[in-house]
Amino acid sequence: MKNHALYNLREKLHAESALKTKKVCVCMGGSCVSSGAQKVLDKMKEEVRHLNPGSGVEVKAVGCMGACAKGPLVKIEADDVIYQKVTLENLKPILTDHVKNHKPVPHMVIFSDTDAQPTMKSSEHAFYKNQKMIVLENCAKIDPDSIEDYIAIGGYKALQKALTQMSPEEVIGEVKQSGLRGRGGAGFPTGNKWEMSYKYVGEQKYLVCNGDEGDPGAFMDRSVLESDPHRVLEGMILGGYAIGASRGFAYIRGEYPLAIQRFGTAIQKAKKLGLVGKNILETNFSFDVEIRIGAGAFVCGEETALLASIEGKRGTPHPRPPYPAEKGLWGMPTIINNVETFANIPPIVERGGEWYAGIGTPKSTGTKVFALSGCIQNTGLVEVPIGTTLRQVIFDIGGGIPNGKKFKAAQTGGPSGGCIPEQHLDTPLDYDALTKLGSIMGSGGLIVMDEGSCMPDVARFFMEFCMDESCGKCVPCRVGTKQMYDLLTKICSGTATEYDLALLESLAPMVRETSLCGLGQSAPNPLLSTLRYFRDEYEAHVKEKRCPAGVCNFAKTPAEVR
Amino acid sequence: MASLNPPPAAPALPKNDPRVRRIMTIMNTYGKRHDALIQVLHSVQELFGYLPKPVIELVAKELRLPASRVYGVVTFYHFFTLKPRGEHSCVVCTGTACYVKGAHALLDEMEKGFHLKPGDVTKDNKLGLQTARCIGSCGLAPAVVYDGEVLPRVNPADLVNKIQERLEAAL
Repeated sequence: MKNHALYNLREKLHAESALKTKKVCVCMGGSCVSSGAQKVLDKMKEEVRHLNPGSGVEVKAVGCMGACAKGPLVKIEADDVIYQKVTLENLKPILTDHVKNHKPVPHMVIFSDTDAQPTMKSSEHAFYKNQKMIVLENCAKIDPDSIEDYIAIGGYKALQKALTQMSPEEVIGEVKQSGLRGRGGAGFPTGNKWEMSYKYVGEQKYLVCNGDEGDPGAFMDRSVLESDPHRVLEGMILGGYAIGASRGFAYIRGEYPLAIQRFGTAIQKAKKLGLVGKNILETNFSFDVEIRIGAGAFVCGEETALLASIEGKRGTPHPRPPYPAEKGLWGMPTIINNVETFANIPPIVERGGEWYAGIGTPKSTGTKVFALSGCIQNTGLVEVPIGTTLRQVIFDIGGGIPNGKKFKAAQTGGPSGGCIPEQHLDTPLDYDALTKLGSIMGSGGLIVMDEGSCMPDVARFFMEFCMDESCGKCVPCRVGTKQMYDLLTKICSGTATEYDLALLESLAPMVRETSLCGLGQSAPNPLLSTLRYFRDEYEAHVKEKRCPAGVCNFAKTPAEVR
Repeated sequence: MASLNPPPAAPALPKNDPRVRRIMTIMNTYGKRHDALIQVLHSVQELFGYLPKPVIELVAKELRLPASRVYGVVTFYHFFTLKPRGEHSCVVCTGTACYVKGAHALLDEMEKGFHLKPGDVTKDNKLGLQTARCIGSCGLAPAVVYDGEVLPRVNPADLVNKIQERLEAAL
């Protein structure tokens, strides 16, 4: 497809879409599908034929609407009303009352079961009002399986701009100016990484999208891949153009079949239109993308381990340098970026780095998607400017803690992160502030714990995870995580002594400083951060043989504690 | 001293098993490249439900890889299993959100109701229990996946009944 043909196609699709004024959008995000959204979609389509609620009504599947615990969700787009927990039994009034007679149904409106007063317009509800969407901007609007929807909403515009008006250096320049930092967790400036790889010479360069979202409690990448796969794909193609790579791999978790399926469909459809493959938009630039399915190893989120896995080997990391930007896949220069990082690229290229740099804080620009879950009223996916405080996210957007319980800690960064206590709720969520608190930004999992959570047990939960997921290559991680886990188990069964606690405190920094890769280096974080903020709980377990939260069962021996 | 005899050979594969033919086709589409190993193993497990030894040997031979290397990969990744998993599978998610919302109580119920610990299969081979590190459905915590169907917000008291119902419906 030529450049102007894509312009014309977009104009045509956009005009067609504008004619459809009564869109009934059914959320087909992973959580809504699990709650029965497919059946709701089918029934809706059938009912529209039977009830004849007027002309121009279109029932369509769209991506994630964010409020994942309230599904299946149905949105009447023109009126900006979202209905929650729609079932085969209760969907009729949405069509007969709302779509046909323009009388919304207040008791089914989203959050009406937990709020004192239902907010009819979803964009006026605190959950949506306080968000700023860039990565998720298309999610609830387009059908993830339709490339036409994506093009109509402005998709692949950035690619056109880059290929016809910009040199690779200029693309890298925009990304550098935007200040975008890697969204996988470490926060390395994306533009600098690209520039490094651009400078290295290699007969073949590769580009890898890291979709191995292994942190328990994180589902941002899953939702982005499932809801707006073309956005990620476009970001990858732009990255390929910038660094001069002609092959890309998307490494997606095996646990995410829907994401794999939708991203695969996206690649196929883009190939058909000549947006992926040889001579994209009839320029000299060629770029091919393949999916690689992960096989359940957390360590493969570490970049060198991920590369080994793409090569079909055991996913064990190796020491850096050389960094993948110099020597990556099969020894060639390789760029690895996270799904969310790539999803940020098209708007940066299209709207300019300066625009993006104006959002967020000076050192951490843009927005960040968080997966909000645990003991919180409004569970789901939220996107906020970086620098928004934890309190705003948890209490304004998240609606606070349900059942009248007290907030205890927020866990960010999964098994590599830490727990943030109440006194630090006003900390801005940015890379540097979270590191200072002993946690990390991580990929965006944000799990809220109430007073019913026992902190030593939480530390033990994460340590068990790291112990299981340690690849076994280096001793500090392989042996250290096991020893720390055993000590934590002793604490949680009330058999630990003060000596054990001291031992734990000396082991943790050793593992952190001597492990080979990020997994081992960050494995002590949950332990160290809970020790820092909730030391009294550890001491109650050790000295008084008492679990203040009432979680640990001291009648069990360490061997019996699961 | 340990015997130096080679271990007994795995039972031969039926030559015209359509699943084996399918695996051969898949390996060919990847040009039998070494880096296709994990993707091929995914297909084998999808077709057989687990990774039978003779098929692993076949894959090693066809991809020109030492069997030890293939075995190393199989045992490294959690997704792959060398044992059949039971006709129906129940996966309890033990990710952080599910942990906070009480996934352990679900595992306790499975042990009480079916005498299953994670990794076990019932004696009649009908039901296997596994845990998952996080299925990414944190909004539905605690979640259980039964034969691919996600059961959202499971109450421990109902879990055994829910599974029993589905097992009986499948009879």
